[in-house]
Amino acid sequence: MDLGPHSAFIWAAYGLFALALAALCAWLVGDGRRLERQLAGLEARGVRRRSAAADQ
Amino acid sequence: MGPKTSQPTIAQRLANPTRFMDLSDRVLPWLAAAAGVLIAAGLYLAFVHAPPDYQQGHTVKIMFIHVPSAWLAMMGYLLIAASSFGLLVFRHPLADVSAKAAAPIGATFTLLALVTGSLWGKPMWGTYWVWDARLTSVLVLFFLYLGLMALRSSIEDEALAARLTAILGLVGVAVLPVIKFSVDWWNTLHQPASVLKVGGPAIHPSILVPLLVNAAGITLLFFALHMKAMRNEILRRRVRALTRSEVERGGRLAPGAAG
Repeated sequence: MDLGPHSAFIWAAYGLFALALAALCAWLVGDGRRLERQLAGLEARGVRRRSAAADQ
Repeated sequence: MGPKTSQPTIAQRLANPTRFMDLSDRVLPWLAAAAGVLIAAGLYLAFVHAPPDYQQGHTVKIMFIHVPSAWLAMMGYLLIAASSFGLLVFRHPLADVSAKAAAPIGATFTLLALVTGSLWGKPMWGTYWVWDARLTSVLVLFFLYLGLMALRSSIEDEALAARLTAILGLVGVAVLPVIKFSVDWWNTLHQPASVLKVGGPAIHPSILVPLLVNAAGITLLFFALHMKAMRNEILRRRVRALTRSEVERGGRLAPGAAG
């Protein structure tokens, strides 16, 4: 695709945009998985929230 | 006469973090999918259908990501300000979760607005950066986001950190009208508004439609990221509460712990 004499600026803008949002998505998904594992580990050890009964 | 009962509002129903987790678990995949479809359609329109601008040529394509990033940079801060108001005035249980979750996402979009604008500015203006009112006020917004995150992480007491961050969040909202109207109040190298202006957009539909489709998709992505970040923050608070409870239980059970 020929984007003219300034194509490097266009591709750099789109590339950085995609990279930043991909990094943000990966961080949020990874953080969520890590927290779910921690929570599952605590619950497996029998630790319960005080409000857990009320949530059932 | 019996007690007066009324239906809870949506905000009240969502005030329960467990209910928010259940609802967001169902909504998030659809929100992310809708964002993906709209962004794909927007990119197709941008690269296949949108013609080169008569002055800027193909560099106008940078607008399709620069303008939504700039809009969301401001909307993200507005979300923080509204959440801060919700915390300070209504003590909504999810308000601080929302404010904390929005900060890194808003900061990312602000940085993207600055970087993509800079990459657009070099070929069009001949410079990556100029200290005009629009660019400088957006840079201030970026530092404000960083300040909110730094302030929160510097205070150990979580409730105090939430209140102080909310106050800074509300005070900082003054930067938003400065950003919006900077191009009208001062002579700036940055152009005035082309879409959200009195008298309607000044952009031809062949370029306006791809811009609006991209903006809609990226906005849905913002909300999907915010919802995911809120879910993570609720999980983080649950992990912290359970860890504290486990430590306290261990302290009570350990022989001689009190002495």
